Amino acid sequence: MKLRIKYEKTGVLRFIGHLDVMRLFQKAIRRAGLDVAYSKGFSPHQIISFAAPMPLGMTSEGEYFDGEFNSVTSTKDMMERLNAVLPDGIKVHDIVLLNENAKPSMAIVSASDYYIYKNEECDKDIPALLKEYIEPMMNKATVEVVRKTKSKEEMTDIKPLIFDLKEYEDGIYMLLESGSKANLKPELVVAALCENAGIEYNRYDYMIHRLETYMGDCKALKPLSCDGENF
Amino acid sequence: MGKLALSERILMNIEKPARYIGNEVNIVKKDLNDIDIRFAVCFPDVYEIGMSYLGIQILYDFFNRRSDTYCERVYSPWPDLDKIMREENIKLFSLETQTPVSEFDWLGITIQYEMCYTNILQVIELSGIPLYAKDRKKGDTFVIGGGPCTVNPEPLADFFDMFYIGEGEVSYNEILELYKVYKESNMEREEFLRKASRIPGVYVPSLYEVSYNEDGTVRAINPIYDDVPEKIKWQAVMDFDNVPYPMKPVVPYIRATQDRVTLEIMRGCIRGCRFCQAGMIYRPTRQKNVNMLKEYARIMLDNTGYEEISLSSLSSSDYEKLDELLSFLIELRDNDHVNVSLPSLRIDAFSLDVMSKVQDIKKSSLTFAAEAGTQRLRDVINKGITEENIIKGSHDAFLGGWDKVKLYFMMGLPTETDEDLLGIAELAEKISEEYFDTVPKEKRNGRVMINASSSYFVPKPFTPFQWAPMITPEEYTRRAYFVKDAFARQRNKKSLKFQYHDAEITVLEGVLARGDRRLGKVLYDVYKKGAIYDAWTEFFDMNRYKEAFDENDVDINFYITRERADDEIFPWEHLDVGVSRRFLLNEWHNAKAGVVTPNCRQKCSGCGAAVYKGGVCFEAKN
Ligand code: SF4
Repeated sequence: MKLRIKYEKTGVLRFIGHLDVMRLFQKAIRRAGLDVAYSKGFSPHQIISFAAPMPLGMTSEGEYFDGEFNSVTSTKDMMERLNAVLPDGIKVHDIVLLNENAKPSMAIVSASDYYIYKNEECDKDIPALLKEYIEPMMNKATVEVVRKTKSKEEMTDIKPLIFDLKEYEDGIYMLLESGSKANLKPELVVAALCENAGIEYNRYDYMIHRLETYMGDCKALKPLSCDGENF
Repeated sequence: MGKLALSERILMNIEKPARYIGNEVNIVKKDLNDIDIRFAVCFPDVYEIGMSYLGIQILYDFFNRRSDTYCERVYSPWPDLDKIMREENIKLFSLETQTPVSEFDWLGITIQYEMCYTNILQVIELSGIPLYAKDRKKGDTFVIGGGPCTVNPEPLADFFDMFYIGEGEVSYNEILELYKVYKESNMEREEFLRKASRIPGVYVPSLYEVSYNEDGTVRAINPIYDDVPEKIKWQAVMDFDNVPYPMKPVVPYIRATQDRVTLEIMRGCIRGCRFCQAGMIYRPTRQKNVNMLKEYARIMLDNTGYEEISLSSLSSSDYEKLDELLSFLIELRDNDHVNVSLPSLRIDAFSLDVMSKVQDIKKSSLTFAAEAGTQRLRDVINKGITEENIIKGSHDAFLGGWDKVKLYFMMGLPTETDEDLLGIAELAEKISEEYFDTVPKEKRNGRVMINASSSYFVPKPFTPFQWAPMITPEEYTRRAYFVKDAFARQRNKKSLKFQYHDAEITVLEGVLARGDRRLGKVLYDVYKKGAIYDAWTEFFDMNRYKEAFDENDVDINFYITRERADDEIFPWEHLDVGVSRRFLLNEWHNAKAGVVTPNCRQKCSGCGAAVYKGGVCFEAKN
């Protein structure tokens, strides 16, 4: 039976890397006594896979992983058992039993949305300084930025990957394409805004919080958990 | 979740910020209002190494069982953060509450190897505690050292208020009770130390005076007051089954070097290899009850969620209930998907059978700690493994499907000749020949691989070799090349590999291991020249040490290449680890004569450890 598990990663655990979160869940699943399936062979491992890697420093309330289980109880029971053994900063929000034909989460991620907000330790309120540059950027036909890959730097137009960008509470909201086809990091958008505003860019001057991870076409995005049902 | 000691800007600019954020699974949280004593335990190396070390988890658990004490962890900041902390004047902090260490009552540092000495200075200084113990006042943190290197802590004597000689679980309660009296009264720091020096196992270096002979050797080590004990006795846990064990070890987020449950099955070793310090100072050998171990294993796996378990001891094959324990582990593996790792098993039919059940034969290799290349030299070091054992073990393993063998050696052992060195290559060759004799052509897939690796011998205090000379770095290098050449001449050279270490670090280890108080200044100077993480080849710089030795007029050959006279007074003469000087000297003479000594189960050799009244010394009589 395949389950999809939605969780948040907040607080100081933003400094835990993606692989470490994976190992954290492997251990938590054992502590919670859930009947997870193992691969065969001499060093069996749990059959679980994560939807989207999450960079250091970012918090999120919309993370997912899929896991194969030999037996399941109920959404409520499994959530309670996991949450009882998870450290502060990681919390399971939902568990669904995946539909028969559901594809692995990793393969279907199409977008994520983010909330960019002020770093309280920084004297500058970066999101506030950038607000007036949002509309001009959205009105432009193209937004060219330098993108670094392993081997080269190249100019690319990120505009088609920005589905939405607007003021939101005290910060900035952005909905960006993500996943295996094309992936736009929120940092690049913030950096582009900073350039337009003539503000020096530092990743640590502001905070990023992922709100949700989506699947489906950009006109009809659905959270990844829509691929199954509570049980 | 509280605030972190480091800012977002710093954490996002250093490697692996998770080293510094605490909040791991199973950490202990306490209300500071209920606490009288704050104790920071430190492993002076990087987080991933320190978190792998069982001893810290034992102490952490032990101190936190006291309701009046809150024990937190500290590790050495990595050089990237070290630099930032110095530039920005940030004090070293504990992981649990992210509090500066200087606000703690105690900083307890475990001293596991000589090459971490500069990291110890780093930790004390970054904590904002005066580096020299003599400069600390009432209200300053007490710095206490523990661990195997404290059997000769003299090079570090200036930096510690006290050392705890022995196994941690024994006298600490007494120390802390006395400390509470000190803290709540107007007792002076000196008075506290003097009182503490009477607690078994406590060594307060400032209460001892060392005088030297003209030739530089120690003349005498005497307490400066009558009520300070002349000898400090190593403390051993004798009620080994009932000593508290960390059932809920802290589980790191980032991958530690040992990412698994560790089960200590036995302390000490019956074998008596003459180079091995652990085998001498942890005498007598004590075993844990097998049923208790099974229960511990289950509880710890449940509490941590680890998917792997490993046994810890100096020589697991000597654990008497090993069969029963291993069947249990195999069951765990089959039913609960727990990987089992089995270090320090002697290779024989039984262990091969077990290993074939828990590991992938094709991917794993067998390990023989041969230590020396000829039987003559193995007799000198009292290593009870013969060429026949190794060939027979390899033969059985090849039949079982293994085709990788690892061999460990030491170069520079006392009395070593070129013939012994040649023996290293020849033994590797013989094992490869055994493979070709054992495994028919059609069954060979791929090539047999014999990986020999060699470290250099370092004489350690409280071993029979504490009298032995070390060879020079140049001679080490010559021997390494000699062996390398010998490997290149073997018939099956394509199946053989030989690796060796850097000689310079070994030489320093040798200087510090048997060093005296005069080296304190050298350490201070080396540290001030920027040395930290000397155990890491990428940070180690021999020139800093060379300069500091020169500036302080220290001739390192005095410490390394000199053979000690039988009656020389050692810098650690005022410490007593149970094993007697008479026994060790006798063993040194036996070594030079090539006479072997039976292990504790074959025949007691009256080493002196029977004073602890337990363990193997009394096994047969129970
Ligand atoms: S007293 Fe005898 S049995 Fe006990 S540790 Fe020493 S040699 Fe071994």
